[in-house]
Amino acid sequence: MTALRDVAVVGAGAAGLHAAEALRRAGYDGRLALIGAEDEPPYDRPPLSKHLLGGEWQPDRLALRGPQALEELRLDLRLGVPAERLDRRERTVRLADGHRVRCDAVIVATGVRPRRLPGADGPVPGAHVLRTLGDALALREELRAGTRLLVVGGGLLGAEAAATAVGLGAEVTWLASAAVPQAAVLGTETAALLAGLHREHGVRIHRGTAAALLRRHGRAAGVRLTDGSELAADTVLMAIGSEPATEWLADSGVPLDDGVVCDAYCAAGPGVWAAGDAASWPDPSTGRHHRLEQRTNATEQAVHAARNLLAGPDGVRQAYQPVPYLWTDQYGLRVQAFGRPGDADRFEVVDGSLADHRFAAVCGRAGLVTGAVGIASARALRHLRAQVAAHSAWPSEAS
Amino acid sequence: MLVRIDQEKCCGAGHCVLAAPDVFDQRDEDGIVVLLDAEPPAELHQAVQDAAAVCPAAAISLERV
Repeated sequence: MTALRDVAVVGAGAAGLHAAEALRRAGYDGRLALIGAEDEPPYDRPPLSKHLLGGEWQPDRLALRGPQALEELRLDLRLGVPAERLDRRERTVRLADGHRVRCDAVIVATGVRPRRLPGADGPVPGAHVLRTLGDALALREELRAGTRLLVVGGGLLGAEAAATAVGLGAEVTWLASAAVPQAAVLGTETAALLAGLHREHGVRIHRGTAAALLRRHGRAAGVRLTDGSELAADTVLMAIGSEPATEWLADSGVPLDDGVVCDAYCAAGPGVWAAGDAASWPDPSTGRHHRLEQRTNATEQAVHAARNLLAGPDGVRQAYQPVPYLWTDQYGLRVQAFGRPGDADRFEVVDGSLADHRFAAVCGRAGLVTGAVGIASARALRHLRAQVAAHSAWPSEAS
Repeated sequence: MLVRIDQEKCCGAGHCVLAAPDVFDQRDEDGIVVLLDAEPPAELHQAVQDAAAVCPAAAISLERV
């Protein structure tokens, strides 16, 4: 890797920024391009559905680094211009404005884009997704007392948006196909606790699956469900998952299958690495490829990809084996989880109690500890993290 | 080195405590970061830089003094 003079990091979100920082911290001194489709310097997305949507924070609070810290990275920073094509033979990334950026190595950190309902392929007034700062500001604009908001999708994003919107006085209906929204992520027990809170705060949870957006006079008017029934609304938020933003790699030879297909070292072929929401890599415990759309993963995977890139094919590379972490804020409670509580079939509270909204619980499956989840019990949860990391035998030592 | 934390930005991941337990702790009730040592000794600087680098909420900033 003596010839490494140009590195391009494509995607200027959290993963892209952390990849660039990790390269510099590890001593990489060559040219370093950071290419982003959005106009803003790297910013944090988790607050979009919380403080930003709620109006408590203004956009400048989301900046991940100040101007000086960015300056010190000595970046060829290209914002507001998406990458269009990777040519590995020429070693260039072609940008939408026609420029070509040289790259001996590239880190793909282009993330995901939200899925949309049929009928909402193009922009429809009143129909929203929530991924970018622009998305969040556009949705915030429509939320006021009495707005009938329909949130489609039973994941964390939908839950946070519903909680924030009801706090702003909106009349919120939350459409989810699962019996208990968020259970697939947090586990049934915690998800049921949160569903109860949503109802207490006035959110109407409706079980069903959206088939298409309804429009009236060119504006979103609700959704039609797969059973043929309809839900009316003034504003519709589509929080129905996302897809890797990798079409710019379509004819590059980089393996794609629900994201950039990486090996255990975040590498996807000679000169190509990937990190963050768009990166798919083999889970060491199952061997199956998977992606993690989690904020902490963006950081940790980016650091790994950068270090492995610099180590080169003959250097000491480190397999990426994170302990997944996620958190969500709803109604003043912060839920934290390690591992995969949503996949578990064992659940045992080891500290506090669900009724008190203060607990730490260990989760297991197939004889192993596979996750931990809790509220307001950070210390106990951190101890459980070690068991999750070690894939300890169930029953857990703590229980 | 001067360490600053932003408790409002902190997401409670606890990565900083894992990286530099002598410098960071977490409040038990919400996992929010607590700064134990704003001017850590030189031998901890690497660990503190690691903590700042892996913080998912960019809640730790470092200043050279």
